[in-house]
Amino acid sequence: MGKVTEPEVIIGVPGYERTAEDAEKEARESGLKVAVNRLNFFYGPRQVLFDVSLRILERKITALIGPSGCGKSTFLRTLNRMHETVRGTRAEGEVLLDGRNIFEMDVVNLRRRVGMVFQKSNPFPKSIFENVAYGLKVNGTTRRVQVAEVVEKSLIRAALWDEVKDHLHKSAYALSGGQQQRLCIARALAIDPEVLLLDEPCSALDPIATAKIEELLFALIGSCTIIIVTHNMQQAARVADQTGFFLMGKLIEFNKTDIIFKNPARKETEDYITGRFG
Amino acid sequence: MNSRLGWRKFVNAFMLTLTGLCALLSVSVLLIVLGYLGWNGWQYLTWTFLTHLPAAVGETGGGMANAIIGSGKLLLVAAVTGIPTGLLGGIYLAEFGGKTFTFMVRYSADLLNGVPSIVMGIFAYTVVVLPMRHFSALAGGLALGIMLIPIVLRSTEDFLRAVPNPLREGALALGASKWKAIATIVIPASIRAIATGSLLALARVAGETAPLLFTSFNNQFWSHGFNQPTASLPVMIYEYAISPYPDWHRQAWAAGFILLMLVLIANVGARLILSRKSPALRG
Amino acid sequence: MAHLITLAFAAVIVLITALLVYQLWIHSALPRQRFGWRFLVTNAWDPVFENFGALPFIFGTLVTSAVSLILALPLGVGAAIFLAELAPPRISQRLAFVVELLAAVPSVILGLLGIFLLVPFLRTEVEPFLKSTLGFLPLFQGQLYGIGLLAASVILTIMIIPFIISISREVLLAVPVDQREAALALGATRWEATWRVVVPYAKTGIYGSIFLALARALGETMAVTMVIGNDPRISSSLFAPGYTIAAVIANEFTEATGNLYLQSLIELGLVLFLVTIIINALARLLIVVTTRQGTARP
Repeated sequence: MGKVTEPEVIIGVPGYERTAEDAEKEARESGLKVAVNRLNFFYGPRQVLFDVSLRILERKITALIGPSGCGKSTFLRTLNRMHETVRGTRAEGEVLLDGRNIFEMDVVNLRRRVGMVFQKSNPFPKSIFENVAYGLKVNGTTRRVQVAEVVEKSLIRAALWDEVKDHLHKSAYALSGGQQQRLCIARALAIDPEVLLLDEPCSALDPIATAKIEELLFALIGSCTIIIVTHNMQQAARVADQTGFFLMGKLIEFNKTDIIFKNPARKETEDYITGRFG
Repeated sequence: MNSRLGWRKFVNAFMLTLTGLCALLSVSVLLIVLGYLGWNGWQYLTWTFLTHLPAAVGETGGGMANAIIGSGKLLLVAAVTGIPTGLLGGIYLAEFGGKTFTFMVRYSADLLNGVPSIVMGIFAYTVVVLPMRHFSALAGGLALGIMLIPIVLRSTEDFLRAVPNPLREGALALGASKWKAIATIVIPASIRAIATGSLLALARVAGETAPLLFTSFNNQFWSHGFNQPTASLPVMIYEYAISPYPDWHRQAWAAGFILLMLVLIANVGARLILSRKSPALRG
Repeated sequence: MAHLITLAFAAVIVLITALLVYQLWIHSALPRQRFGWRFLVTNAWDPVFENFGALPFIFGTLVTSAVSLILALPLGVGAAIFLAELAPPRISQRLAFVVELLAAVPSVILGLLGIFLLVPFLRTEVEPFLKSTLGFLPLFQGQLYGIGLLAASVILTIMIIPFIISISREVLLAVPVDQREAALALGATRWEATWRVVVPYAKTGIYGSIFLALARALGETMAVTMVIGNDPRISSSLFAPGYTIAAVIANEFTEATGNLYLQSLIELGLVLFLVTIIINALARLLIVVTTRQGTARP
């Protein structure tokens, strides 16, 4: 496990040709899942992310905090290239998944490996079963027995199985807000992603629903790397191993959660933590 | 001061009544149409009318069976040519579309929409009837089909756009390609509305007469296949109405009744279906 | 791949439009060469001596459209004002729906009612009345046939009223609520607030609806040809029979002997097409401007 204090850029050793496999091996050995090097992001002419670099450790929960509009959601969406669905956006810099540049990968394959849960739950107008099965079917799994198994497993992992196991063919819209969000998590888990991105998943939910989701995140760590954007500092403090603080498009500080909250290195971080600004 | 206020109040009440009368008058026209047509048309709607061919000129009796089937044929050709074009074009505008090309497509569709139906008939004449050297259901159906395109295009595009973006994003984030997301999520979510919109469009062109006058023309007998002049309800109504034979007038009423009923049922039905929105489209 | 398929169909739409213009143009070459611009102002339609001029039809088209607009405008705008501003919302919606159904009635059916209901009514009641009261005007003189320019105008009125009503109603509903509220807060009656504030605000859109209705009236074929008398003459009386561009094409296309005859009819179609396109474009411009101005009311 590498020490992560100052954001640093990986510099190649001169005279040594690094192949993609080497990079992958190195990343795996150091427990590094996602490495971001100097990411700059533009909406048309307007720049919203400035030279963001950080290291996401495997099978840990990383939280990204910061005031509204600081760019943390934009940053999250570049990690699975969802920004490409909007016209006029441009990302410059390097984002490495297991040492390989995501911008050179097949985007469909990338999104299988890096799943996303959105701020407002967006279940499809289908049954609960069909929602969870969608990712499987789209990615080629069609055998009914296999699909049914994976659906059950995903709903268990999302802590929703007990509540819906007798109603799998009811419409997803019959569920409550919190249940719908857990359904979206199950849907994302069904294709077995290595990384799960969550964009303020609990912002529309009550404290009880929020607690349920935080609990299941802890259980997912065994198989998944989690990156969660949240505007709720207490939530970051509760769940995350590492935390990054964004402000106005820049990553101000990135460290173990304990250090960020108890002993931040930068004044801006301290001001935000203590509530001096929203 | 008081009398001024009294006058203003009077004007207020007067104008309320006057404009209300305007509205009432406009509405009553439709009721008169329905009533008169219903009264006259229903009377002459006999089984013979529905199943027999037209009688010889001047003779009474006979029916419009060939016109009913003929209209069906024309609408079939129209649907096959116009609906897929409008549908796929609408999908393009809503989901893919680049700036300049989108503008050109929309502008063309608006242009087509504004073309008088008789001119559409001229177009179908020059493009189908002239090369084939005879009238046909193909030509008439094509004229109607082109008229369908802008209507289906606009409604498809509107209904696709009404599908909320989060649904698209959810599909894409699960590794669906853009087209898969459209085919498995966006279109199914709006399919009911799109189908209804297409039905409405068909009802619109079902009553068109002018473009058929020199494309599918008319036929006293059955027309086999799609390559022959074909009778249709609207054209028969026209021919019979301007003829000097009272029996033909009666048949025109009956045919008009059938046509109007079909058009109105399609319109009212479509409106009812569309007003019940599917859960996905509720914000 | 799907991108290309949908693009192809979208391209087809553009191609069809281009082809339509092209066909109208080349199939009217003969009369354009022979008559040139004189075609538009020649008052003749003589298939025997092959002298064709568009004037009688332009006259008939303009007169019937103009009269129908004059009749439809107050009725339509009045009804729209009632539905948008003065009526309770539930009645307003139901009535608006019924009005839209009127727009769905096929032209030939209105023509049917025109021949058997409207024309006799005009001949026996309305025209004698007009002649006796306003007969000093050349507009209301001459023989009473029932069919003619007046009958066609009335039928056109019936056909364009739904358009004026539904579009005017929409633009009136799009006027921001605060405009009306400001007037009412100053002590205006509902009518005054409507007439002095809301309607002027929506003025441009209402003009747009007029243009749209005009475009519709110009191209109307069946109902007109069934009641107008189909006589290519220019007269000063509304009681006289006449002819419109659309009506003559409908009637004489299949009977046209000789290329010049047929292509003259097609040239008439081209004229109608161009005029309709221009008016439609103007209409849309006016309507878009208005409905963008204000925020729509629920």
